[in-house]
Amino acid sequence: MLLIKCPYCGERSELEFSYGGQAHIVRPLIPSDITDEALTEYLYHRDNIKGVQAERWRHLHGCGRFFNAVRDTTTDHFQATYKIGEAQPASGAKSDG
Amino acid sequence: MGNAFRNKDGKYIDYTQILRFTFDGKIYQGYKGDTLASALLANGVHLLGRSFKYHRPRGIVAAGADEPNALVTVQRDHARTTPNVKATQVELYEGLIAESQNRWPNLRFDVGALNTLISNFIPAGFYYKTFMWPRQAWGKFYEPFIRGVAGLGVAPTEADPDRYSQRFAHCDVLVVGAGRAGLAAAMEAAEKGLRVLICDEQNMFGGSLLSNADVQSTESLLQTMEKLHQYSKVTCLKRTIAFGYFPHNMIGLCERLTEHLPNPAKGDVRERLWQVRARHVILATGALERPLVFPGNDRPGVMLAGAARTYLNRYGVLPGKNIACVVGHDNGYLAALELQQAGATIAVIADVRTKPVGRYIEQARQAGLPIRSGMTVTGTGGYRRVRNISVAPIVNGNIDASDTIRCDTVLMTGGYTPSVHLFSQSRGKLEWKSEQNAYIPSQSTENLSSVGSAAGLAGNDRGVIGALPMTNKSTAFVDWQNDVTVKDIDLATREGFHSIEHIKRYTTSGMATDQGKTSNINTLGIVSNILQKPVPEIGLTTFRMPYTPVSFGIFAGFARGDLFDPVRTTPMHSWAIEQNAVFEDVSLWKRARYFPRNSESMNEAVARECLAVRASCGLFDASTLGKIEVVGPDAAEFLNRMYINAWSKLTVGKCRYGVLCREDGFVMDDGVVGRLATDRFHLTTTTGGAARVLAMMEDYLQTEWQDLQVWLTSTTEQWAVIAVQGPRARDIIAPLISGIDISAHAFPHMSIGEGTIHGITMRLMRVSFTGELGYEINVPADHGRAIWEAIYEAGQAHGITPYGTEAMHVLRAEKGYVIIGQETDGTATPDDVGLSWAIGKAKPDYVGKRALIRQAMQAPTRKQLVGLLTLDDQVVLEEGAQICATAANTPPMQLIGHVTSSYYSATLGRSIALAMVAGGRTCYGKTLYVLMPSAAIPVTLTAPVFYDEKGEQVNG
Amino acid sequence: MADISEAPHTERYIFRGGEKACAEADMAFGMNLPREACHAKVTGERAALWLGPDEWLLLGNGFNVQLTALPYSQVDVSHRQIGIQLKGNHAADMLNIGCPLDLDDAIFTTGMCTRTVFGKAEIILWRQDVQTFHIEVWRSFGDYVRGLLAIAQKEYM
Repeated sequence: MLLIKCPYCGERSELEFSYGGQAHIVRPLIPSDITDEALTEYLYHRDNIKGVQAERWRHLHGCGRFFNAVRDTTTDHFQATYKIGEAQPASGAKSDG
Repeated sequence: MGNAFRNKDGKYIDYTQILRFTFDGKIYQGYKGDTLASALLANGVHLLGRSFKYHRPRGIVAAGADEPNALVTVQRDHARTTPNVKATQVELYEGLIAESQNRWPNLRFDVGALNTLISNFIPAGFYYKTFMWPRQAWGKFYEPFIRGVAGLGVAPTEADPDRYSQRFAHCDVLVVGAGRAGLAAAMEAAEKGLRVLICDEQNMFGGSLLSNADVQSTESLLQTMEKLHQYSKVTCLKRTIAFGYFPHNMIGLCERLTEHLPNPAKGDVRERLWQVRARHVILATGALERPLVFPGNDRPGVMLAGAARTYLNRYGVLPGKNIACVVGHDNGYLAALELQQAGATIAVIADVRTKPVGRYIEQARQAGLPIRSGMTVTGTGGYRRVRNISVAPIVNGNIDASDTIRCDTVLMTGGYTPSVHLFSQSRGKLEWKSEQNAYIPSQSTENLSSVGSAAGLAGNDRGVIGALPMTNKSTAFVDWQNDVTVKDIDLATREGFHSIEHIKRYTTSGMATDQGKTSNINTLGIVSNILQKPVPEIGLTTFRMPYTPVSFGIFAGFARGDLFDPVRTTPMHSWAIEQNAVFEDVSLWKRARYFPRNSESMNEAVARECLAVRASCGLFDASTLGKIEVVGPDAAEFLNRMYINAWSKLTVGKCRYGVLCREDGFVMDDGVVGRLATDRFHLTTTTGGAARVLAMMEDYLQTEWQDLQVWLTSTTEQWAVIAVQGPRARDIIAPLISGIDISAHAFPHMSIGEGTIHGITMRLMRVSFTGELGYEINVPADHGRAIWEAIYEAGQAHGITPYGTEAMHVLRAEKGYVIIGQETDGTATPDDVGLSWAIGKAKPDYVGKRALIRQAMQAPTRKQLVGLLTLDDQVVLEEGAQICATAANTPPMQLIGHVTSSYYSATLGRSIALAMVAGGRTCYGKTLYVLMPSAAIPVTLTAPVFYDEKGEQVNG
Repeated sequence: MADISEAPHTERYIFRGGEKACAEADMAFGMNLPREACHAKVTGERAALWLGPDEWLLLGNGFNVQLTALPYSQVDVSHRQIGIQLKGNHAADMLNIGCPLDLDDAIFTTGMCTRTVFGKAEIILWRQDVQTFHIEVWRSFGDYVRGLLAIAQKEYM
């Protein structure tokens, strides 16, 4: 069971969180303007990385906030968690906790 | 021969407490402190079971968790019978009843042993190769046969009456294993004032110290324990196995609390799951002794040398009186010396190494023990107990003439293998140390350290691995429990299995309940030798949890009976119970399904409830509907972006039916949204969708639309919701209401307002899910039942009738109102289910808008919501049944749709159904066929409205 | 083992809004909403519990005050949930049969509060004292939480 550092509440058990898929997929500003190909990319195409990836979590049974995390899928170790709107830290950067 | 093999020097045996127990119906005696294995050995019993495949007689090999053979069933009663427990781990108690397994009719004479005679015909992969043809025979013959003979013990037939418990715990340091190294580590952490948790699988701390003969071991152990208990932040858990290492230093422990008690009290917790989160983990799991692989190494009486020392020193039990030792490690000499001291005769020490030197070897020479080096074993004799051993020298790489020596016990040792199971489970990297013949912990990914022999052996303590030189490979066992021999591994490699993962699965070596604790490393050695490749190139199979089997009970924990899941009930639940309602589960909720009167059947009750709603008035508990309060200056804009509908023009005091799509354009939820103020909306969702909708809305607000000033709060449980539906609804509630003019003109269909009912604050919505004049009265939950009863009382004169979810379903189906999740299945667009009218077409954007304009989403051949009327109007179709254009009932047929809702409508006096049919809206009037088990039933396609097509009733 | 009792009925509101609305609320309520994550503030008979960076649970009377035009949300949830008091020896241990938090009083200190889970239910947990916890739970999960606590009592008899 993972130990996840909520950017607001600190380290909590995975039981309090829900997973939210790949991070930094931005909803098109005006979706109606995009092509079918761009729509397909936005809706369905996701990376499936063996290694370091940015992903979304929500502290559902906690502060309720969505946030982003950088996790190594081979070890399950988090390199960083950060608030929505903040830039993804450079890969390999150590988390501050 | 009661305790003929017992002396009085067992250091942890209480000789004053005699315990009687039975094994296979025969009564024996042991002492407090014994295991079942030590007590049986003390009585001279070595034959404990039959092997899995060949039913060969088997005895006790080890003294702990690594025991591969001595599996027994321990019985308390029919419900509390535990199969496949290791006799070496069963603590003896007064009256213990144990049975051997895998034999018929009895252990000494077992018909299954005939398999031994045909063992040449049961090679590795036998099942894969044999049960291939004819294909039809698989289900009829092979599978039942294999299931009949497979497996070991038999599971109990009655429900488990024991309690299991769970606990979350946190500590600075978790020490796994309370041997010398683990205790020292725990002490060090305790002295620093840290929170320490130390556990050990045995009934007392000490690990290998418990097996030593010297007095110092005992004394230092006692001192350490005394000191440790003085620290308040130290928790000591005995009889507790660390079975799994999970990410981020979460360790699963299973604590056994009553297994050793003769009569556990009813209600006592049997086992407890500890989920421990540790800042640092110290693995002090020690090392496992390695057996030697030689022909006949599985006979009862062949035992690990270290295990023999444990039996002697800890339990005061001599495994035999005339002992042969086959050694590949100095430890074997120590065992021989101690056993000789205790009165046994050492028939031979056959060292498989050519020039052994060392302290114990020197002592053994001085004691005059018969040592022969550079030897191998060519076989053993005896059936139910070993009687002799044949040893032969290796001369110039060849096996020379053998010598048969009488003995009643054979001790073997190949050295030690560090127990790296948990380290490996933690995803730590293992490193092969050829000078130790062992994989040892290298890089770890978790915050952990390995100490003691779990971290590696001393210097070049390599012992031997693999098989001894031999010619007869078919009785040289590598994996005792799964009956895997050197011959099987040989065959597997010849058939092309070279990866250790493949060899493991093909031969099943290491796949038994002992998870290869004694076999894995020797398998590697044998394969390395056959393929002439160094061990690291063979690979290593994955160590998986659990380290030793744990019961399912601990994972279930408290989640059984009434606490299996939360049972959510509404404020009016108690009233429904008093009215004999029949309930159904809707997600975690209990909802009243119907209210039978007298001896009514469900169909009769539902018909009566439906007719009452249509004729006068019904009363329905809608409290489970999800409710969200949307507040903020941008609330309307937010709803515009979320729902397919347009909201800007919805005026205060009005409601609208809203449809929510996912970004992929498929309908996700629906509900009524009412505007209470310019910046405040009362929003409802489906019962099952409440949490999902709130999460989705929060997601968009927090991650995409941070520009919006709007906040969401779940009010699902704030309000009890009472639906009053039917032509007399207004007449019934009007006298109770104040603060709102609910006349038809002032408060028309789809209105919302705040007032009081019977003196209680209320949110009143005029909405209908029945097609009749209807209201949904929201009152603070504490008042739900009182207001419900007040309305029920007031409605008596009008024939008010409580109705349940079943009638609700029928009533809405008569009107063709969809239920999300019943008509829709996650692949239906709003237009598919006839809701395109709800789309705010002028809106620049809403969730799902872009996806809905894809060509495929507009295809005329999409499945569309239609009505079905059976030609025989009394036939009720099956929900889920497939629909076909022709009556020909011979596959392959093209299926063009399916029935989504089907009921008998008492109002119409006939059956009705809703269905999703490809291009269905263009085919009204056409005859289609619904495939039911009995026949293909003809139906006429219609519009999905069966009652009050013009929709006049709701405006009543 | 700790005693389980029903907390007396009280008014409850969920207050949500930005920092400016918060500052105004401080004035209007006559008490400061806690800004520190996972902490509660008590003033007399009233308490404000931090639930999230823009979400507070207000317990007690006197919160039903209309602020001026600053955007915020205040929603009455008095009946949405119930309060359960857990007081006495092993209170933290009893919670740990189903709650994964580290409830060591040096870590989850007095005055801290948070949403978390207890078995299969979501709860709000507020430590009022080393051995006293206040639990808020949605009403339909009340029986479940009480049932699990009753089992916890047996564990620590």
